Amino acid sequence: MITPEQVKHIAKLARLGLQDNDVDKFAKQLSSIMEYVEKLNEVDVKNVEPTSQVTGLENVMREDVVSRFSNREDLLKCTELPVQNDQIQVKSVISM
Amino acid sequence: MLHTLTLAEATEGLKNKKFSSVELTKDLLERIKKVNDGLNVYVTVDDEGALKMAAEADERLASGKNVTPLTGVPVGIKDIFNTQGVRTTCASPFLKNFVPPYDATVVTKLKEAGFVLAGKQNMDEFASGGSTEHSCFGPTKNPWDPTRVAGGSSGGSAAAVAADMSFYALGTDTGGSIRQPASLCGVVGLKVTYGRVSRSGVTAMASSWDSIGPFGKTVQDVATVLQYIAGKDVRDATTPAVEVPDYSKALGQSVKGLKIGVPKEYFGAGLDPEVENIIRTALKEYEKMGATVSEISLPYTSYAVAVYYIAMPAELSANLARFDGIRFGAKPKAPVKDMIDYYYQARNEGFGDEIKRRIMIGTYVLSAGYYDAYYVRAQKVRTLIRKDFDDAFKNVDVIMTPVSPFPAFTIGEKKDDPLAMYLADVFTIPVNCAGVPAISLPCGFINKADKKLPVGLQIIGPQFSEDKILKVAAAYEQATDWHTMKPAL
Repeated sequence: MITPEQVKHIAKLARLGLQDNDVDKFAKQLSSIMEYVEKLNEVDVKNVEPTSQVTGLENVMREDVVSRFSNREDLLKCTELPVQNDQIQVKSVISM
Repeated sequence: MLHTLTLAEATEGLKNKKFSSVELTKDLLERIKKVNDGLNVYVTVDDEGALKMAAEADERLASGKNVTPLTGVPVGIKDIFNTQGVRTTCASPFLKNFVPPYDATVVTKLKEAGFVLAGKQNMDEFASGGSTEHSCFGPTKNPWDPTRVAGGSSGGSAAAVAADMSFYALGTDTGGSIRQPASLCGVVGLKVTYGRVSRSGVTAMASSWDSIGPFGKTVQDVATVLQYIAGKDVRDATTPAVEVPDYSKALGQSVKGLKIGVPKEYFGAGLDPEVENIIRTALKEYEKMGATVSEISLPYTSYAVAVYYIAMPAELSANLARFDGIRFGAKPKAPVKDMIDYYYQARNEGFGDEIKRRIMIGTYVLSAGYYDAYYVRAQKVRTLIRKDFDDAFKNVDVIMTPVSPFPAFTIGEKKDDPLAMYLADVFTIPVNCAGVPAISLPCGFINKADKKLPVGLQIIGPQFSEDKILKVAAAYEQATDWHTMKPAL
């Protein structure tokens, strides 16, 4: 069961703004999903290793060679915020 | 009427100078113009860019140098693949105006092969959904019955191939997003082994699950496309150095003596009896061709959806954390007071409901106190599901199942019931748990209210056995004519 208070807390952790009238709707929907996944508790997982990768690759290395991205101008065009000296201008992070 | 050709036929026509790439491209663009309003398949059509690429392809064809089966053939791809200079939205309000500054590796590979990019196809936002209803452009309609969904998340790509609006297409499959729409639209769709095709430049959803693959009108066409996109890529560390075989060699071979396993867990409650009937008939066809069919068990099947809806949102929530509306993506419209407020507002306006749900589930299962109980437990059960497949493939060559428990459902039917939508992927998710390849192959139709609704057969093989499942699929295709049927549009 996920309560509206929990929804607000999770949304805060995820930096996700929500509409006020969405909180109850999401609490209901998330509860039904979490209720469904509870069925995993039926499974005996003693001595079972968790899966993190399925084809057996480990520590994939490559040559430590710098490869510069050549299209700097278009990269900076991706932002909708003002650009100054190749830097994106954002709101202040620390309040004065 | 050139748009009705298969990829192989289009290649042949270009080679024999029956038509040029510009003619072929103009014909396809006209077809798109004619039916796109009704079906909502393409979210971007790049006429100008396509005709330029087609003219270049014609020069290449005339020179006879570096000509491939893809040279000069125009197609659309799912709007999740970065295409330099062509808007790539992931069907999200966040990226509605995003123009990537580089190409995905698969797009680079297709460009090297001389393909023509006609446009970008509709999808569920960030590939999250099973119906293409979670798109900021509205749902894609099923070409066989426009009151029904095309499936998802690669619904636009499947519908495009079904409606002769693309000679082939590329999609992504994290829990069924190629195979399920292929099944619902009556085209061939291949989900490759995890890591077989590079994902660099493709917006990540759930990184230990995501894979890329082709849609086609025939098995041969799918094999041809795979040949040009498979292989190791230094930009995607999950692509192993496993040799890419000549997939065309697999086609046309007999399936005599092939051992087919049919898991009993896939034929229980919830499976539409008409779908079951069609799948059983297809299995009989294989027996006629000399294959043996035996019942097997994949005992942990019923836990796959639960594993997926813990592990996938966990990975998704981490991947989508990079969407903050700063370096790329939409900035918030509402006024904000400081930086933290900027994040809240950008992500509130930028994400649709299904993405918000998944981010919240992911954040919840990864948060302090829940990580072991949910995430680690799910990854352990995933190990058991993988073992089911390993054990099964000791005794059988391939596994056959339905792709979807039911044919295309009506638009709106499941949109606000996330759990019902998730259960539509009950037969495709286990395959992603194990990272094995599987194909969806047209194998019949269900008649509903004067409409024909396609049904797909799923053929699953061990890791890196794409050549084998293509062979097995091609044999059935040769013996039947389901793949030649077209929706009336």
